[in-house]
Amino acid sequence: MTALLTFTVLVLVAIAIWQMTKIFELSQTKTERAEIANDSDNKNNGYLLFAFLIFIYGITIFSFAKYSKMLLPEAVSEHGGEYDQLMLVSMGIIFFVQTITQALLHYFGYKYRGQKGRKALFFADNDRLEFIWTIIPVIVLAGLILWGLYTWTNIMDINEDDDPLVVELYAQQFNWTARYSGEDNVLGEANVRLIDIANANVLGLDESDPNAEDDIIVKELHLPVGRKVNFKMRSQDVLHSAYMPHFRAQMNCVPGMITQFSFTPTITTEEMRLNPDVVDKVKRTNALRAEWAAEGRPNSDPWEFDYVLLCNKICGKSHYNMQMKIIVETEEEFNKWLAEQKSFKETVMVDEEEEQAFNTEDGVDVELEERTSEE
Amino acid sequence: MSEVAHVSHDDHHDDHGHHHKETFITKYIFSQDHKMIAKQYLITGLIMGFIGIAMSLLFRMQLAWPGESFAIFETVLGKWAPDGVMDADIYLALVTIHGTLMVFFVLTAGLSGTFSNLLIPLQIGARDMASGFLNMVSYWMFFISSAIMVSSLFVEAGPAAAGWTIYPPLSALPMAQPGSGLGMTLWLVSMAIFIASSLLGSLNYIVTVINLRTKGMSMTRLPLTIWAFFVTAIIGVISFPVLLSAALLLIMDRSFGTSFFLSDIFIQGEVLHYQGGSPVLYEHLFWFLGHPEVYIVLLPALGITSEVMSTNARKPIFGYRAMVASILAIAFLSTIVWGHHMFVSGMNPFLGSVFTFTTLLIAIPSAVKAFNYITTLWKGNLQLNPAMLFSIGLVSTFITGGLTGIILGDSTLDINVHDTYFVVAHFHLVMGISALYGLFAGVYHWFPKMFQGRMMNKNLGYVHFWITAVCAYGVFFPMHFVGMAGVPRRYYENTAFPMFDELTNVQVLMTVFAIIAGLAQLIFVYNFISSIFYGKRGPVNPWSSNTLEWTTPQEHIHGNWPGEIPHVYRWAYDYSKTYENGEYIIAGQDFVPQNVPLQENEEELNH
Repeated sequence: MTALLTFTVLVLVAIAIWQMTKIFELSQTKTERAEIANDSDNKNNGYLLFAFLIFIYGITIFSFAKYSKMLLPEAVSEHGGEYDQLMLVSMGIIFFVQTITQALLHYFGYKYRGQKGRKALFFADNDRLEFIWTIIPVIVLAGLILWGLYTWTNIMDINEDDDPLVVELYAQQFNWTARYSGEDNVLGEANVRLIDIANANVLGLDESDPNAEDDIIVKELHLPVGRKVNFKMRSQDVLHSAYMPHFRAQMNCVPGMITQFSFTPTITTEEMRLNPDVVDKVKRTNALRAEWAAEGRPNSDPWEFDYVLLCNKICGKSHYNMQMKIIVETEEEFNKWLAEQKSFKETVMVDEEEEQAFNTEDGVDVELEERTSEE
Repeated sequence: MSEVAHVSHDDHHDDHGHHHKETFITKYIFSQDHKMIAKQYLITGLIMGFIGIAMSLLFRMQLAWPGESFAIFETVLGKWAPDGVMDADIYLALVTIHGTLMVFFVLTAGLSGTFSNLLIPLQIGARDMASGFLNMVSYWMFFISSAIMVSSLFVEAGPAAAGWTIYPPLSALPMAQPGSGLGMTLWLVSMAIFIASSLLGSLNYIVTVINLRTKGMSMTRLPLTIWAFFVTAIIGVISFPVLLSAALLLIMDRSFGTSFFLSDIFIQGEVLHYQGGSPVLYEHLFWFLGHPEVYIVLLPALGITSEVMSTNARKPIFGYRAMVASILAIAFLSTIVWGHHMFVSGMNPFLGSVFTFTTLLIAIPSAVKAFNYITTLWKGNLQLNPAMLFSIGLVSTFITGGLTGIILGDSTLDINVHDTYFVVAHFHLVMGISALYGLFAGVYHWFPKMFQGRMMNKNLGYVHFWITAVCAYGVFFPMHFVGMAGVPRRYYENTAFPMFDELTNVQVLMTVFAIIAGLAQLIFVYNFISSIFYGKRGPVNPWSSNTLEWTTPQEHIHGNWPGEIPHVYRWAYDYSKTYENGEYIIAGQDFVPQNVPLQENEEELNH
């Protein structure tokens, strides 16, 4: 409906301009019909420039009024608050500058529209003016740079203080896996060359590394509230990006290296579901989904709010659906959940120990055979 | 030295017409005349632009009405849209090729190639480019690379689909996505040829500007267009070779089993042999070109705007020297900011700090330019021709899009908007739309120079501008909000995340504006083509401009000026200059062309 409306308005505007220019064109004497702007063109387009200024303000106000409620809710990580603060201040500066410069630009376009006989001012230079508008951006940007860099350094300082929980985020086309480091809080060594799908060693953990034994591999990310989490990201195939918008967190997952990010969740999923903004959003969304369900569209069941991990680096066909649910809960709930999960030793190494002897012998045989064939 | 060159040229010219029998082929196809080559660039660029924009409309429809069946999808995409529903792979391919075509083929070759070729010799007072032959080779290599890129649309598994940045390993492994097979090979070959073409062109522009300026045309008297083209060519020469090396190394990884960018890969059930390479290395190489590329696209547009705005405001450009200094500062800084595309790539966070610093520095010369444009309008006598409107529009979108760069250039704030629609909105406004406006401003302004004095219909130009201006904001302003809601770019559809459901309406709004904007370009196409054949001839100097190109006759001749090359006595911006008593320097006209000597009692201001 909005679409149709906008379309109609634009078509009408186009016709109006067309007709206006036609009329003025007809009212001109023949000699003036060259394709060069004349006084009436200048007048019309001068007015239109002014109207365009109003349009820019209009679409700004419209977008804020209609869309700002759709933006991400408040940050749910410790550094996220500072992020939001910096964003707000930067946005404030941007909109201040935007409002003023667009006004000047279009107002001048309207005010000084050409007229026959009007004399323009020969004004080629003014050192003081230029100094002023060089120095003001310098000062403002210096402030933003310092604040930004201070925050950035804090966010990116990934250390082992405060007993962080160490979690691996493992990306592959087109899903996520999380690995908890278990009781020792140390992740076992891993490499894609050790992946053994047949034996369920899907992340390529080194079975000879004792640190790997208690690692826990899951498909849903649970985080205890208030405890720092150090993420180690890996990818097994192409670039992915672990994007957790509610936590103001993002880091690429790069095959061949381990990348890191760290944050402390501050609000549990349960609490966040009661946040007024989130409640409203869920209500709006579910109203929409009910409409869709009535139309018989798939994927339109009612939605319950959850934090989510998205892939945010183009990774292939199903990039758009590469996600993992994140659940932030209390320490007790988290511990209880974690205790229910099977460790790597329980899932993989148990079955294998029996076969261990076999495998080694097999391996040796193969190696020998290869050598003989080379000779 | 240049005197000698001129003399020999003049001799050559006198003989002209006796010896050279121009055939259709030497005149229209393998032409070495810069004016003809400029037109070839323009028309090739516009055709590529048509394809690129059409693609964007297709994927915008998919975004607004995800998974819906459209007859047009089936017609255009064939087997990639079974029953009219767009396939997810072809969606990525469309996005990729749209980006590639628009950035390289339209806004680099189509914009800089067209106007550097047309204007450098004409505005500096030269008979032609330093090397007409290299110039011709440059165009034909561009043509071949365009042909290869277009042909890649028709390969069995589809064209390249890894995003226009073609990050490996996705772009390196055919098993990662179908587009990374033959389609990607063709993409790389096409781009390698494109880079060679661009280098030949750039070297030619640099040499021409340095060596072939007419008498009196000091560097500080050059029109800002030439400054922009000159500096653009320099950053092209500095940065394009790095992209070539990235492309070559990627070709090696793909075809010869090397591991420059690949390591530790397990895909489709098997481990690949690659060991020790790094995709982050590729990102560095790519963006070492990629970021200067933004300015390669934008600076010519800003140069054109400077010239068009000053002429039509009937005022000198405000702060000529500051404008030149900003161009140089932007060019220098543009080569040391590439890392801001990589804040969350896994590179050392300290590097991120350095790049934040340099990136936010670049806002300063950009701000100076914007303020200088606004001041140029102040107390002018604005002749609101279509070219002038596009120039004003450029400044508007340059500001709107540039300001959000302050968010993205800040490593902290980038974390959460990186690779979302916020970025898409930002760069489309600041470099896409702005550079397109620069292109349109240039076409409307210099059309008479390209097509023997014929002029484009101004009323169609007005309709074209106003619809485009409204729709550009209509598409890209709301898009910032989509990005801040966390919607990632390059998603085939957003239905997998209920948190994005309520943003579908915004997508519909943007798509409707995009379709109208796309249709409005047909007005331009009609105007362009019909004016070539039926446009009314205007006066020799239709915009009452000061620069030398308007001193040439309307009919194109080899060597540009029938007689001697005019000498230059002043800068290009003596508009509305008066004596102390308030009389114009030349009675009855508010401009003093560059080839008019200083008058008695006239003070040479600035230059």
